[in-house]
Amino acid sequence: MKRGKWLLAAAFLAPAIVVLVGLVVWPALRTIFDSFYGPAGKEFVGLDNYRDMFRFERMRIAIRNSFIWVIAFPFFVTITGLILAVLSERVRWRTAFRLMLFMPAAIAILSSGIIWRIMYEANPERGAVNALLNIPASMFSPPGDLAGATPSTDAAFDRDGLIVSLDVGEDGGTVLVGMIGIREDEIPESAVQASSIADSPEPPGAGTLVGVVWRDARPGENERGVVEAGEFGIPDVVVRLIDAQDQELATGVTEPDGSFRITGIEPGAYRARIPASEFREPWGGITWLAPELATMSAIIAGIWIWGGFALLVIASGLASIPRELQEAARVDGANEWQVFRRVTVPLLAPVLGVVFVTLTINALKMFDLIIGIAPGSVQDEANVIALEMWRTAFTGLGNRGLGSAIAVFLFVLILPVMVFNIRRFRIEEERR
Amino acid sequence: MSTDGTAPDRAKPTPPQRPPVSDVELVGLTPKTPAQKFTRWLSRSSVQIVLVIVALFWLMPTIGLLITSLRPAEAFARTGWWQAITEPSQLTLENYTSLLGDSNLIDAVLSTFYIAIPSTLFPVFMAALAGYALAWIPFKGRDTLFLILVGLLVVPLQMALIPAFSVFRTFGLSGLPALWLFHTAFGLPLAIFLMRNYFAGLPGSLIEAARIDGASEWKIFLKVILPLGFPALASLTIFQFTWTWNDLLVALVFSTKQQPITLFLRDRLGEFSTGIGVISPGVFLSAIVPLIIFFAFQRYFEAGLLGGSVK
Repeated sequence: MKRGKWLLAAAFLAPAIVVLVGLVVWPALRTIFDSFYGPAGKEFVGLDNYRDMFRFERMRIAIRNSFIWVIAFPFFVTITGLILAVLSERVRWRTAFRLMLFMPAAIAILSSGIIWRIMYEANPERGAVNALLNIPASMFSPPGDLAGATPSTDAAFDRDGLIVSLDVGEDGGTVLVGMIGIREDEIPESAVQASSIADSPEPPGAGTLVGVVWRDARPGENERGVVEAGEFGIPDVVVRLIDAQDQELATGVTEPDGSFRITGIEPGAYRARIPASEFREPWGGITWLAPELATMSAIIAGIWIWGGFALLVIASGLASIPRELQEAARVDGANEWQVFRRVTVPLLAPVLGVVFVTLTINALKMFDLIIGIAPGSVQDEANVIALEMWRTAFTGLGNRGLGSAIAVFLFVLILPVMVFNIRRFRIEEERR
Repeated sequence: MSTDGTAPDRAKPTPPQRPPVSDVELVGLTPKTPAQKFTRWLSRSSVQIVLVIVALFWLMPTIGLLITSLRPAEAFARTGWWQAITEPSQLTLENYTSLLGDSNLIDAVLSTFYIAIPSTLFPVFMAALAGYALAWIPFKGRDTLFLILVGLLVVPLQMALIPAFSVFRTFGLSGLPALWLFHTAFGLPLAIFLMRNYFAGLPGSLIEAARIDGASEWKIFLKVILPLGFPALASLTIFQFTWTWNDLLVALVFSTKQQPITLFLRDRLGEFSTGIGVISPGVFLSAIVPLIIFFAFQRYFEAGLLGGSVK
């Protein structure tokens, strides 16, 4: 009977054991062995691979980035999950909310990376993240009406803006400021045909300066410096009249036809200045996937992917802590923050630990997200250990020895975290 | 106090001295004055607002992807996807119709099924067998064996890639069989762990009764254990299927002719802006299968993913 039991058990266990020994145990041992051998796995090189690993620039960047991942990612995801778990306890639609946040976990991580690459487009016109940031940015420093424009008439830029010299005679003066470099779709909607007032044979009148700021370009042929039919005025441009001492005398603002009028001026030589703010370029956006930012941006995408997981685990932990303790603290006069900090968080500590450790392992194994999110030219700078292992072993010539050494290195980093994870997992299961 | 599980918010009482706790006091905590009611309403609705904003932010990337996939690539080069909200005329199904006419994509979707289905069924079945033996057939060294098998969870799959690759080549196994075997191997430790623990919790009287009736162990496994273990089997199946469906690393190493959709996408990332008309609907199609599973089997999905988080 005993023998029979053994055979029976063996029959049930055999398929799993054969596969595990053949494809996990043996290959893992073989990888350790290989890590002491050269690129083709032929010559014994001792610890050379382990030394070289820290010498190669690409691998050093990968180690640095993995380090950043391990430090930042579990922390921010756990915090996000904790805050949202506590807050969502207070609303009736918490199940829907948690489900919504958990959804990204179902999607391939590569796909999530691609989704965020779309979000991170640098141009605020195209990338949603920068478009959102552009709202406050354009509030605090709005782009000028003349952004990107250069003068077509006689004028020069100085530190404070564009300077035009002009004369005001006994019966007034005129000035023309033509602008080029404004795209057709950049013409403001309020703009109309540019004013021909400056060309009028009648003088503006004593003490009066009239001028036109206009887009000195139209479809087809056009003459520079002349207001022609089909050319638009530029409205709302501030023009300051200054004297030789750089003293501001008067200010005009252009009409929809680009004309402005300043009165009460003594005859003489003056200068008109269009302030630099009128030429201010719109905000160009943050290049989120630039080499120096890519790791941070990928971590933000990581929060989006795993935040829902952290939220769910912490929420289920929250549901199991006795509510009386929180109530008691409130009765004792603790405010909500104190209840959270002194009662809820300590009671949740084991759950938070579980989430944190799981995320640490995920951070170390990070692979597909980098491939999905980082443009080809940034892959080297956003590199992580797990990605570098694959690149070393399976791309280009394929260095078997070094690839194995990186795998072992990764294993050594994951091992303690994983042992901790499994141990608490077993304890938890037994408690059930 | 709160039957629906929500923590009631209150005006902040900060009495200088600890008041005696009594039922009267507890009743007194429900807001009475208009000021207290207002504070409570404010704090409650501000939480609502914050969570609505968070939810919108969380949905935004997915919505952005969906809209991007419905706009022509030229539109992507010029403006952001949100422009289509005010100008819905930009939206077109063209990307999808041309993508569905792309035999490469059809092959990729089919290949993903060919890879994921056996890679799910093999380990689940093997783990169910092993889990039954580990839970209900007493033999010497059983607990140690269980510990060792589960202990294999610590081995990251990077540790096996290179030798497994050579072995498969030596045996002439490439493509699908290699992918199935490798996914099975690295799905097993967790699967065995979950199966054994679930089976161990089943009522022993049922199994004993079946044994007394003279049923073979195989029959008990099929007729008693598998039906009773359905919830755990379902969670595990869903987890493993999603895992293999979404896999990129294993496919990168072992795929030959049959390439899953993740590889299809990855190969097109080189020309991101011009290829967005293929990439964005491709991402959506790759996501739709796990998302359907997610919404259809939400409970099992959650259980599976939370259980699998140890991986």
